[in-house]
Amino acid sequence: MQLSKDDLLRAYRIMKTVREFEERLHVEFATGEIPGFVHLYAGEEASAAGFCMHLDGRDKIASNHRGHGHSIAKGCDVHAMMAEIYGRETGLCAGKGGSMHIADLSMGMMGANGIVGGGPPLACGAALAAKKLGTGGVALAFFGDGASNQGTVMESLNLATVWNLPCIFVVENNGYAEATSSKYSVSCDDAADRAGAFNMPGVVVDGHDFFAIHEAGGEAVRRAREDSAPTLIEVKTNRYYGHFEGDAQTYRGKDEVKNLRANRDCLDLFRARVTSADLVEDAELDAIDGEAGDLIEDAVIKAKAASRPAASELLTDVYISY
Amino acid sequence: MARKITYQQAVNEALAQEMARDETVIVMGEDVAGGSGADGEMDAWGGPLGITKGLYSQFGDRVMDTPITESAFIGAAVGAATAGLRPVAELMFVDFMGVCFDQMFNQAAKFRYMFGGKAETPVVVRTMYGAGLRAAAQHSQCLYSIFTHIPGLKVVTPSTPYDAKGLLIQSIRDNDPVIFFEHKTLYTLEGDVPEEAYTIPFGEANVTREGSDVTIVTLGRMVHVAHEAADALSSDGISCEVVDLRTTSPMDTDTIIESVENTGRLVVLDESHPRCSIASDVSALVSQEAFDSLKAPIRMVTAPHVPVPFADNLEDLYIPDAAQLQQAVRTVMGKD
Repeated sequence: MQLSKDDLLRAYRIMKTVREFEERLHVEFATGEIPGFVHLYAGEEASAAGFCMHLDGRDKIASNHRGHGHSIAKGCDVHAMMAEIYGRETGLCAGKGGSMHIADLSMGMMGANGIVGGGPPLACGAALAAKKLGTGGVALAFFGDGASNQGTVMESLNLATVWNLPCIFVVENNGYAEATSSKYSVSCDDAADRAGAFNMPGVVVDGHDFFAIHEAGGEAVRRAREDSAPTLIEVKTNRYYGHFEGDAQTYRGKDEVKNLRANRDCLDLFRARVTSADLVEDAELDAIDGEAGDLIEDAVIKAKAASRPAASELLTDVYISY
Repeated sequence: MARKITYQQAVNEALAQEMARDETVIVMGEDVAGGSGADGEMDAWGGPLGITKGLYSQFGDRVMDTPITESAFIGAAVGAATAGLRPVAELMFVDFMGVCFDQMFNQAAKFRYMFGGKAETPVVVRTMYGAGLRAAAQHSQCLYSIFTHIPGLKVVTPSTPYDAKGLLIQSIRDNDPVIFFEHKTLYTLEGDVPEEAYTIPFGEANVTREGSDVTIVTLGRMVHVAHEAADALSSDGISCEVVDLRTTSPMDTDTIIESVENTGRLVVLDESHPRCSIASDVSALVSQEAFDSLKAPIRMVTAPHVPVPFADNLEDLYIPDAAQLQQAVRTVMGKD
């Protein structure tokens, strides 16, 4: 699939923004100022960017607990996201959701999710709504290798085929369900192998290769949009940090992350490919690096300065009508 | 123009009228049409008891049979509700909440609050509940108190055909997630129901019988048991007021308290188990808010704290009846 120079710059900007967002959160979390649980997406950026670049305003994504990258790639406001993670009134969810529940329905981001496997049934529903309402939209569920074993996911794969839903299921297999290896917890070599049992294509892609993901994602989105048919894609990826911030990661091999960063980093691989092919200049990417850094710096400063929600907000917005 | 129809027909009519009025209303569930993919006739069942029979012939593929995978289709109904549809999903028996509860209480119920007030999830889950059909422990429970416990859900328990139609139309038009409880022994109950569409607001209890000595707060099928007992007690000169809650979330606390302030006595009649129940909830409410009005300790008449038994004699013992209620009323009247 041919990518224009603008597309390439956009892809890099998304991935770099996510990287900066997550690397900064890693630093800020250690100061103790960020409440609750934070699950970082650093290392997996090519997946969010590679899929979401095919999506537009008609389309919806359901995310999981590791949802910052998906949110940014789907167009959620970075300042409002950062404020949400700090629990501020200016947050995307007014400080009432936090990292695990970031959502912006107006952008088609149906929510991060604190429940492993919670998203795929919801994505089926969004796909059903798109089909019934004739919007031309598709729905995409991001979930992990841990969730790939959940009954909700199996049920959703089945339902998507039974109802011919324009739905894409993306397993981001980062190798670990919390602290347990997917080699232990997933019954088959590739989670995508299960697609055959649900009569849909199952595709495995290298999660460090933006271009492979973008190509597989393009075909899955086309199949959903044009044929109203689902696809299961497994992205073989890696996370640079723990399951959550504070995870000592003693279950990981020595130098595992160091080697991944040195040899398999999706941003480095992207840069090497586009600059060696003379599609983009290093300086253009350097400029994006600087802008992404400035954006995140500004987001953190503003989030820290923002107020916490008013006490009266405790009792609001449980219902639309009471 | 009112005419007599059954509770079952009232539910069906509410669905049909709302589907005709609003194209975004869809119905999904196990065998809600029946016959999908089979060689015989379509709309073969209309649900196991025929409640949705005929909707498929009127509305075609807006009535969707589902695989027996409650997590997927209840979740899909929830997701579709966030994306422009008004799904009415049928959870065949409320006992099956065990395989899909997450999609109701962690997803649907939470969206509005945890997304900062921006989500709308106009989904209705219709579900069959209650004992009396010898269906035993996994097909006979009430469980409405579990849903009532969850902020973000609305819980509706109609006791008559009139209430079933008006409350179901309200449920479909409401923009919050609603769990709509249909008592399986009430489906054949007849009552006056207007032909035209109408709504009954949530959170407004119905004083179905006025009285001066004892307030009986109840819901669902037990409303009829309360009337049976009240009839018998009236011949002994005891005047019972019956309050049908209609919805347990929101709950009309004002009507309960006002009634107890007038009568000075409370018996709560609840088909469900006694612990952490609607009965205990109403008792706590009155103890806190109307203690000074009470002339006698509150009594709760409930099923025992056991699963629903199968044998007919045991199930009959399990279900609270008019005799138990009369005894409780006599106790609070000091006449036992």
